[in-house]
This record gives sequence, C-alpha cells and structure tokens, in this order.
Amino acid sequence: MKAVITGAEAVAHAVRVVNPDVISAYPITPQTHIIEKLAELSERGEIKAKFIRVEAEISAIAVVIGATAQGVRAFTATSSHGLLYMHELLHWTAGGRLPVVMAVANRAVGAPWNIWCDQQDMLSQRDTGWMQVFASSAQEAMDLIPISYLVAERTFLPVMVGLDGFILSHTAEPTELITPSEVEEFLPPPDYPLRLSHHDPFTLWPILEPNLYHRQRYDLFKDHQKALKAWKSAFKRWEEITRRGYRAVETYNTEGAKAAFITAGAVSDTVKYALDNLFKNEKVGLVKLRLFRPFPYDDIREICAPFEKVIVLDRAVSYGAEGIFSQEIRSALGGACPVQCCVISMGGKDITPEEIAAVYEKASKIPEGVVIWS
Amino acid sequence: MELKRLKEQMEPGHLACAGCGAALAMKLATKALGEKLRVVIPASCWSIIVGRHPDTTLKVPVIHSTFEVAPSIAAGIRAALDALGQKEVTVMVWAGDGSTYDIGFASLSAAAERDEDIIYVCYDNEAYMNTGIQRSSSTPYGAWTTTTPYGKRKHKKEIIEVMKAHRIPYIATATVAYPEDMIRKFKKAKEIRGFRFILVLSPCCPGWGIKESETVLISRLAVESGLFPLLEIEKGKLSITHQPSFIPVKDYIAPQKRFAALTEKDVREIEELVRQRWERLRREEA
Repeated sequence: MKAVITGAEAVAHAVRVVNPDVISAYPITPQTHIIEKLAELSERGEIKAKFIRVEAEISAIAVVIGATAQGVRAFTATSSHGLLYMHELLHWTAGGRLPVVMAVANRAVGAPWNIWCDQQDMLSQRDTGWMQVFASSAQEAMDLIPISYLVAERTFLPVMVGLDGFILSHTAEPTELITPSEVEEFLPPPDYPLRLSHHDPFTLWPILEPNLYHRQRYDLFKDHQKALKAWKSAFKRWEEITRRGYRAVETYNTEGAKAAFITAGAVSDTVKYALDNLFKNEKVGLVKLRLFRPFPYDDIREICAPFEKVIVLDRAVSYGAEGIFSQEIRSALGGACPVQCCVISMGGKDITPEEIAAVYEKASKIPEGVVIWS
Repeated sequence: MELKRLKEQMEPGHLACAGCGAALAMKLATKALGEKLRVVIPASCWSIIVGRHPDTTLKVPVIHSTFEVAPSIAAGIRAALDALGQKEVTVMVWAGDGSTYDIGFASLSAAAERDEDIIYVCYDNEAYMNTGIQRSSSTPYGAWTTTTPYGKRKHKKEIIEVMKAHRIPYIATATVAYPEDMIRKFKKAKEIRGFRFILVLSPCCPGWGIKESETVLISRLAVESGLFPLLEIEKGKLSITHQPSFIPVKDYIAPQKRFAALTEKDVREIEELVRQRWERLRREEA
C-alpha cells in the first residue's frame, strides 16, 4: 500500500513494524515528528514498546544501552546537537557491541544556531564505531530501518540511519508502506547471546588490561570490515522480499561517463535532475554513497577508477583539511582518479540544478587540491 | 543474627583499599537484595573495586556505566526486564557522590521524577576519591582535599532534602556501623515499587585520613554526633531510625586528618549546622 508521508513518518512506520520493546528519545528539531508519532503509538498501546521520555539525549542513548544489554530490541532518534550530546555513549555503544539502531535527521551544528540540513552532525561522529547509512528519500529512510536492524543484530555493531533534516524529514512523498509480514520474513526476533542474567552472572565491560583491550579494538575494527558483506546480503534479501534493491554505492548514468559527481542523501536527486536536463553535451554520472561506515573502498575504486575526474559534493567539513566525503574518497582512490572537493551546502543553503552545472564548470578550471565553496 | 543467615553475593578478592567503607557497604546491600539483581556502576571507585577482567567480586550481574547516566541505563534495564516478564528482578544503581551530587545529577533527578522502578544507592565518601581526593559538592565544610588544600568553605549539598523534593516513595540513610539497620532498609526498599534512594555514608581511609581499622568507628561517630542522621522517609513521612547520643562534633572530627586545619570557629559552624538540621528533623518527624 502506498501513502503520502514524510520521512519522519516513514521512520516511525518502520519502527512500528520492527516492533522494539523499548524506545527512548529527547526531542530536537527536525527529529521531533519521528518521536512524537512513536510516543502517541506507545500511549495508545498500538506498539508494545515502552517509551521513556528522558531529560536529555545522553540519557536516551543510555536507556537504549541498558535495554539492549538486557537483551531486547530498542530504538532512539536524534539530530545535530542531540547527537553530539550523545557522543561519549556512541563510543560506549559500539565498544559494548550493542546492536542499536538510531535515526538521525541530519542537521547543521552551532554556533551559530542553525536548524537546517547538512551532514556535519553524523560525519563528525565518524570514528565512534557506529555504522552509518544515508537515505535519499522517505522510502529509503523507511526501508533502511529494518535493514539496519538485521545488519546490527548480525554484526553486533550499532547503526545510524541518516535522513536529510526537513528535506526528507518534513517533506511528504508517495511511499510504499512496509508490512509486518515483510519484516517478519526479513528480520528474525532478536537473540543477543550476551545479556545480563542472574542465572549466569557476569560483569559487563570491566577494566581490560592493555593487551586485551587492544585485541578487543582489533575485533571491533575487523568486524566493521566484515560487516560490508552483511550489508550486501541484507540489501539482497530485502530486494527479494520487497523488490526494492539497494547497494552500498549506487550509480546513475555512469556507463561511459568521463566524470561523476559523488554525494549522499537527498541532494543526489537534484544532481540526477541536473544531469538529465543541463548536461546535454557531456556524459557525466552520479555515484551515490549509501553506506559510509563501513566504507565501501572496493566499490568506490571499481566504480570511480575509469573516470577522468570525480567531483564530491560535501555537506560536512573537516576544518583545516577538506570535505569529509572527499577525504574518504581520495583515500579510497589512491590517485587512481583526481578528486575535486566541493562544499555544496552547509546549514541548508539551497542547492539548485543550475548550481550543480556551475560547480562542474568551475571544477574544470581549477587544480585538484583547491576546495570549492559553492 | 539475620546478617549471618543471608547469602553472600560478594566474594573475597575485591580491589578496594584496606578498610574501604564502600566495599563493606556493597557486601551488606547485596546480602539484603539477593541474587535476582542487576547492579549498574557508573565511573567511581567501584568501577575498580568490582575487579578487572576476567575477575569479578560480585556474584550478581554487573554493568559498568559512564559517569553521568547510570539511572538511565538502569531505566533501560528495568524496561527490558519488564518486557521479558522478569518483574521480580531488582535493578540497583551503585554510585559515588561524584555521580550522585554532581555529574550525574540531571539523570538522577529525571529518573526520580519519572519514578523509575529502581533502587539508587549513593555510597558517599564525600569527595572524588577514585581520582585521588578532589572536592565534590558532598565534601563537608572545612575538609581538606587536593582541590581544597586549605579546607572547603561550603557545606555539603543536602541531598536527602533534594531527593525529598522529588516525592519518591522511599528514601533512607545508612552506614556500615549499623548493619542491621542498613539490611532492614535495603530489604524494605526491595519490596517497594518506584524510585528508591539510599544514601550510605562510606568512610574512605586515605581520603579522610583515618586508620584502616577505624571505618566502622568513624561511621558510628558520624551518626552519634548527629552529623549523619539515620532516617527513612516513606511516602514523605520521616522517621529517625536511630536516636543519636549527640557526642561532641569534635569527637568525630578529631581522628580525621582531612579536618586537621579546622579552627574552633569552624567546629562551632559545624555544630550550628547539626543543631539546625536536628531542629528541622524533629519538627518534620512530629
């Protein structure tokens, strides 16, 4: 069944169908509609989850940590400063190997205040040990929730699902609603081997001596790499059930293209429109980064190596360096293809198809190392 | 005595300093609460005391928490246990005064306001002892710490009054010098639903400058001098569970090196605090 719903409603619907036991969240624009809907469903008894209304985001993730360590599925959602406020416990969740899923309505961070969209919030949490995926439509935001739970519960690594604040979270579009039977077929009930029990008591996360700690970090690193396979098999399984397919890296119009834009999130549709309408004389493609952690190095290399140039449209910056996606892609390509960084929009600055065409023009005139601020 | 009949949940080999009040307190608390328990320990001396992987001194399940969110982790565990139908399991936070009075105060207050069904224990050693004796808002007036080298110039936060303002179903204070009183309070707390707060005064030998053999004695002097009233507050109703003999405050202060620099005037200041506190307690009890 199709419905015209926002990205926030799409996430809430997915959570309703996935049916966790515990939800905890603290409101922040533009995540609020996700959790308001879930609070209402919980209050009306339409979902079994207990909704714990905490005093701060750091406690929202703490509740989810406690619930997951006790062996049940849990959910939270946040954005921007809320995500940053969770920072310490993002490390704790991943280090603790808890299969948590969290939606993040991507938003700029202050100061100065800005409530609109960029990806600085999530990408600044790159090194916390969480896996990261980006949606570029309400449909994708919905589908990525059950997919993320499956991968999280198979790898014991937490997942952030990013959806563009306002652009996706608050914009209604026709979306195929996932059904309980689809999710039941796709996602087995949670069965966490390590859960607190008085029948077999143990101490969770005690002090590890340096050699063991080092080994534990190695396992975390290794399991992230292995998780790429889990994503690919989860995407495939989802496609078998729903006929909606996803890839770690997706492409558009790249066959025989001499250059390509690379981006993630809703801006990719703007790029597609620009390519279809404003690039009549030149064959330029789009590479859409769906999965950011674990980073799909091989896919990026395979797809991008034949291009004469890639132009990365960044919406998150490592100050003193360049765009965060650009850094990652440059490192993946290792010189196989020049990488041009363009910071296209911070804090919700409009991105038009004409601007995409202008960026392409500009990129042809300046040397590779110079960062374009569009 | 009942104390001996209760099953030990804490085994030898913990990593506390000799004479640690907090180690003794955990031994009594877990005896009273029994094995169907979850213990949430935020960053504190007890993060160390419980043991280093693969050793653990507790026979009950323990989960380590970061400094500021132990009540929220406990709330998550509680919700999960309820979802799993394990309502008979008790969830206890075991936090120091750093977590309780300071860095974790927001999550403590919020969990109390939501009336989460957990027991929150503050083992109060009146400073940040795990990092090497720095003042907390629980450090008493006049006490030396490494960050108050000439003695703290503020009284400690009245945490019982603060918790009382949350109108939670049960509040109690206890010390290891009165084990029967402490066991009875933990057992009572176990049977009550909702947010329960227990403050346990826990002398710290290196931090207070007392001998390893003096933990129980100092705990008793704290109570008998009137500085640490043994009380419980059930649904807002206060009862004093031990009538102190009001020995001079000096008798409590003199054996502790942390109070070495106190003047006569400082002692009078503390005596005045005790007098005012008991005036209030008597009024409230009546």
